[in-house]
Amino acid sequence: MTPDQIRIAFLEELTNVAPDIEPDTVGPDDHIQDDLGLDSMDVLTLVTALHDRLGVDIPEVDYPRIATVSLARDYLVGRLA
Amino acid sequence: MAVFTMPSLGADMEAGRLIEWLVAPGDTVARGDIVAVVETQKGAIEIECFEEGTVRELLADIGSDLPVGAPLAMIQAEGETIPEAVVAEQATTVEAEPPVVSAPAPQPVAPIPPWTLQAPAAGVVPSSPAARIRAKQLGLDLANLKGSGPGGAIVLADVEAEKAPQTKRTPQEEMRRAIAAAMTRSKQTIPHFYLSQTIDVTPAMDWLASFNEGKPPSERVLLGALFLRATVLAAAKVKTVNGHFTEEGFKPSDKINPGLAVALRSGGLVAPAILDAEQMGLVELMAAMRDLVARARAGRLRSSEMTEGTITLSSLGDTGAESMAGVIFPPQVALVGIGAPGLRPWVIDGTVAPRQLVTLTISADHRANDGRQASRFIAEFNSLLSSPEAL
Repeated sequence: MTPDQIRIAFLEELTNVAPDIEPDTVGPDDHIQDDLGLDSMDVLTLVTALHDRLGVDIPEVDYPRIATVSLARDYLVGRLA
Repeated sequence: MAVFTMPSLGADMEAGRLIEWLVAPGDTVARGDIVAVVETQKGAIEIECFEEGTVRELLADIGSDLPVGAPLAMIQAEGETIPEAVVAEQATTVEAEPPVVSAPAPQPVAPIPPWTLQAPAAGVVPSSPAARIRAKQLGLDLANLKGSGPGGAIVLADVEAEKAPQTKRTPQEEMRRAIAAAMTRSKQTIPHFYLSQTIDVTPAMDWLASFNEGKPPSERVLLGALFLRATVLAAAKVKTVNGHFTEEGFKPSDKINPGLAVALRSGGLVAPAILDAEQMGLVELMAAMRDLVARARAGRLRSSEMTEGTITLSSLGDTGAESMAGVIFPPQVALVGIGAPGLRPWVIDGTVAPRQLVTLTISADHRANDGRQASRFIAEFNSLLSSPEAL
């Protein structure tokens, strides 16, 4: 997968968890908790979905590394390489 | 033969709109089977059947608004044969039964002496006080209204009829109204008191981090699940916080069905219950929480989850205010409110150390509990959370 495909996949799973968020309004540096209002249950649901879709198991200690779309893309690219 | 009627869907709900039938005449139903879906102010709720047997007839149409007690279906018990005469009689009996009324009976009033109409002063529009207040609220000029009261006076009904036709409320607005009604009723009828305690959750969070390490996301447990488990175990020890308060007084419940306050992204709040939580271990409870939150957000909760909660846990989550003194959901008698955790100074072994602390506040119904029971609950909860491996 290309980095952009990974970014889109992350954004899709993010908006699945929070259907009220329009993908076009999400900035690359918007914090999923502080700015987009996801709580710990949402984050766990997101991480589970990413695991199912991309096969990447994100441990709790790495949660801060997927806190924005930009960070998440870079992290997932690294994990999938 | 029994008529299955519309069940009450919560303390504040009085009616719902039938949107889907999930059974047809001829189907067999068991107690607890989901038979229909009803749209309410709190979203779509799946209605569970109380009767067992075979569906003989569906008595309500899709799209109809059904108050609590409205007939939904005729269920024939196994082995029962019904003579036609009884069926006809039952149908009329059902129609004659008035819908369930929750308002108290009006107080008898002393007879009012006969009232003579006095001619109004020139230029004054005759109107009732209620009409005048309402017109002022709505910004209407009484001079423009036609009165239907005595002597052409304008009464409240005239003002109400004049106001702009109400635009249909959004589901979010409907939910807000439902929450407003429930919370108002709670504060008006339940004598609340509150007890708080700061709890060191460092052992719990450390234990959680090591429990979750190496586990795939689908098997991880959240701090909220630990709080829920501690609530269940503490409620098992302090039975006066777990149950319902009705006209007959407080009735403790054998089962512990903790309600979970779930914030909806659209801005609403529901508090569906996990049934029989005392039977579940921590991992099972976490799975039940995930499922409940997902269904709450999708708007697919079951009627039993809306009505059989025996105590509610409301946690602000990871970020937010440090404590919450919440409003009890009637007919429950307690609400456990937990603020967001924060790293704060604490005293351990005589020295000050930074620890992860949360503030727990129990809101309790003073008719069912006093300070002693509420204190015991907090002490149990605290003790359980300090040994998380035992949860």
